Amino acid sequence: MEETVAEKLAKKQRSISVAEFFEKNKQILGFGSVARALISTVKEAVDNALDACEEADILPDIMVEIKRSGKDAYKVIVEDNGPGIVKEQISKVFGKLLYGSRFYTLKQSRGQQGIGISAAVLYGQVTTGKPTKITSRIGVGYPANYCEMIIDTKNNEPDIVFESSKDWDRPHGTRIEVELVASYIKGRKQSVHEYLRATSIVNPHARITFIDPDGEMEVFERSTDEMPRRPKGIKPHPYGIELGTLLKMLKNSENRKLAAFLYSDFSRIGRKTAFEICERAGMDPEINPRDFNIESAKKLLNALKKSNISAPQLDCLSPIGEELMKKGIEGDSLVDFVLTTKRSTSVYSGNPFLVEVGLAYGGSLTGERVEVMRYANKVPLLYGGGGCAITHAIERINWKNYGLSQSGGGGIPYGPMVILVHLASTKIPFTSESKDAIADVREILDEVERGVKEVARGLRIFKEKEKKFKKKREKEEIIKKILPKIVEKTSSMLEREPPDISRVIARIMGNLLVDKEYAEEDGRSYFYLDLCNYSDISLNFKIHERAEGEIISYEPEAKIVDSPAGDYLVWSLKLKPRDEIRLKYTIRSIKELKMERPFVDGVKDVTIGGRCFGGKG
Amino acid sequence: MIKEGGVAKNLLSIVEGLYDQMSSGEIPNLILPTRSKNNIEYNEDSCVWVYGNSESTRSAKSVRGAYRLLKTVYTIDFLNYQLKGGKSSTLRELYYISEGWDLAKFGAQEESNKLIEDLEIMSDLQRENFHIRPEEDGASVIGPIKIREETRRGLKEIHCQDDVGEGGYQIPTDVDRIDLLEHDADFLIAIETGGMRDRLVENGFDEKYRAIIVHLKGQPARSTRRFLKRVDKEFKIPVVVFTDGDPWSYRIYASVAYGSIKSAHLSEYIATPNARFIGIQPSDIVNYDLPSDKLSDQDIGALKSELSDPRFNTDYWRKEINLQLDIKKKSEQQALAKYGLDFVTDEYLPTRLSEMGVL
Repeated sequence: MEETVAEKLAKKQRSISVAEFFEKNKQILGFGSVARALISTVKEAVDNALDACEEADILPDIMVEIKRSGKDAYKVIVEDNGPGIVKEQISKVFGKLLYGSRFYTLKQSRGQQGIGISAAVLYGQVTTGKPTKITSRIGVGYPANYCEMIIDTKNNEPDIVFESSKDWDRPHGTRIEVELVASYIKGRKQSVHEYLRATSIVNPHARITFIDPDGEMEVFERSTDEMPRRPKGIKPHPYGIELGTLLKMLKNSENRKLAAFLYSDFSRIGRKTAFEICERAGMDPEINPRDFNIESAKKLLNALKKSNISAPQLDCLSPIGEELMKKGIEGDSLVDFVLTTKRSTSVYSGNPFLVEVGLAYGGSLTGERVEVMRYANKVPLLYGGGGCAITHAIERINWKNYGLSQSGGGGIPYGPMVILVHLASTKIPFTSESKDAIADVREILDEVERGVKEVARGLRIFKEKEKKFKKKREKEEIIKKILPKIVEKTSSMLEREPPDISRVIARIMGNLLVDKEYAEEDGRSYFYLDLCNYSDISLNFKIHERAEGEIISYEPEAKIVDSPAGDYLVWSLKLKPRDEIRLKYTIRSIKELKMERPFVDGVKDVTIGGRCFGGKG
Repeated sequence: MIKEGGVAKNLLSIVEGLYDQMSSGEIPNLILPTRSKNNIEYNEDSCVWVYGNSESTRSAKSVRGAYRLLKTVYTIDFLNYQLKGGKSSTLRELYYISEGWDLAKFGAQEESNKLIEDLEIMSDLQRENFHIRPEEDGASVIGPIKIREETRRGLKEIHCQDDVGEGGYQIPTDVDRIDLLEHDADFLIAIETGGMRDRLVENGFDEKYRAIIVHLKGQPARSTRRFLKRVDKEFKIPVVVFTDGDPWSYRIYASVAYGSIKSAHLSEYIATPNARFIGIQPSDIVNYDLPSDKLSDQDIGALKSELSDPRFNTDYWRKEINLQLDIKKKSEQQALAKYGLDFVTDEYLPTRLSEMGVL
């Protein structure tokens, strides 16, 4: 079989050490600037601490301290209450680039390449010449191990320069102390404080204490005592797997038969499906996976893609969860509207992923441009927003549809809003080793877009409701506050009786107007109910009117219902917008007319006017 | 002159209109001409720019409209009271008086000023009829003209050269309280800036060229414009306007000659369509190589806006404005001092005046 270009390259790369490679590529690992280096160091150490605690089912209690140690130098101290690291492993964990055990299973974790924390160690060593100091204790009854180490960059090997046992007040946990040339920035979007705040939002089970170079302490308190679900390791899902990966899997498989390879090396493939796939590919289920070449692997891949396989298991991914996301995104600010959503699991290139989106709007939020908070496997992404799939997905949405403006019909919208997007996956496709931005993978772009649109739709509905409510409030202000003053002033200036403005009110409110009047003549009382529909919709309703005496005539047709209180006239009516109708009836006069208010059944917004007693409006 | 009782009645009829609308079940509203650049049109008979046919409704259907109506009613009530008591107040006082009106209180003086203008339009009267005075000073006049003013100490005849100091005669806010008696002038020159006005006076321009010199003090007050209008109408002598060479100054000329957008309802009363622009013209900046400043973005915006202003829609103005946009320069009146203090009175103005056929 022919060697691929990538494989050739990989052979060459082996000849230079990874550590050397790092020194030449600080930029791509997130140590490009002095301000950035500080945040990256904190980030790598905190990621490790959180991962360690979660693996051991411990509620994380993490302390981050930054001290000035020279003109441009700072000391970063990160302490956790995790399970600790056994003595033999300490130097490997912190001192060897690409050390890890994550090569055969797929599992969501914060650090993925195993390069992170050792990069910080290396950076400190290169810029200050000082070793990194590590203290770790694995439990009560064990001493704490303390060591100072540097990395031998030629051989990619840790080098312990000092080692001892010591007392430590923590029963278990790890403490790392790195000194590095850096610059500390306060406030701002890209700062240690902001990184820790963003981290605490998506890790509500963690308590993070931060002590800044001025000795100021801030605690990001945990808002829940519940541990997030622990992600399980799973085998690759067949959908979207790439040819190269498939070839590698075939070569490395422990199974000697194709069918067995299919059902044991992939997730979601059972025996039956495995044989179906073999049949579809026109292959003998008994052939040895190692005998595959590019051509036959292509054939197998096609068959895999065509077969009907259920979606990847959810439990390999650890979402933040809607409730916690709501809590996190609201934070200390009082907002008018919060909505979150969790999309179901999808797959890209065989890797399951899921997208969660939270949106907060209004209230104490300010800001011209909408704030986008990006997370990958619960790690906040502070840099590289412009080149990130999350940003791109938000930018390609037409926000005018959701009542927000966008400059030039594209880009991040404007408004008092925060959008939080979390991508959880067994493998996050970062654009570079510095893990700042997520690559524009079509499946991810689409899922983010769908998720954001889902919460944006909720926002639109909320805004429409709010608008309606505001309009109603304004109208009430008119009819309750302003109009009465106009009536009062005009009539006093003209020295006339205040006019009956029930029709004006009905018009302004868009109500059904029922105006009741009456006249007396020859021992008879004539009643008139003038109705007008000032709303924008057709109304179907009934008018119940108690006749205060013996009914002589009525018009138009009505039902007469007798009750202990007397006879009721019931008109069933239908009025189109602006339709008017007059209802009339005559009774034999009685001594004391009450002029009761007619009862309208079937319409909520009614203005009763005219000479009705028993209170108006 | 309109009788006070008539004014009150006129104003009350606006209130009556609102009352009647309400009692007939209509949402109370007032209809006014739209007061914007897009709604002024040239009146062929009077040769000035007045409001066109487009109308705006102030209706109690909206909160804004409802407040406007409430404030209108309160203001009329106050004016009524003021007229009855034979008192008067300034625009600023009106604004402060509204402090006690609770919901009807004005948010800013801009608002009360505008409401008075609205009332002028609706009643077809002027604020003087309501006994509302502006704060702005009338401009000053110096030159061979004799007027008679009704003062608190009786009628006074004043010759605006012989009887006044170098500061000149100050035009009262109500110009209709003076009579223009006689004159010995060939033309009237209205000047934007105080510095230039003083230069002309010091150089004896009024005597040498038999000119009435009026200081506009920037955007001229109504009374100043009314004065120019009366001189033009009653003495029939040419009126020329002398300003800086920038877009804001052209607007000063336009409001003198054609009326302003804000008070287009009064154009026929205060605009002087015969008034002509003498300078500084953009072509003067080029021809005389005047010291100049670069046009700011706002200047350029204003010039462009003037190109779409119907008042500037003439060959002359289009040519000059386009030239200015081209050279991107503006010059002040006093830039003429480049050629000496007497240049403006000995050279520039006489040349321009003969070009224009005034001399």
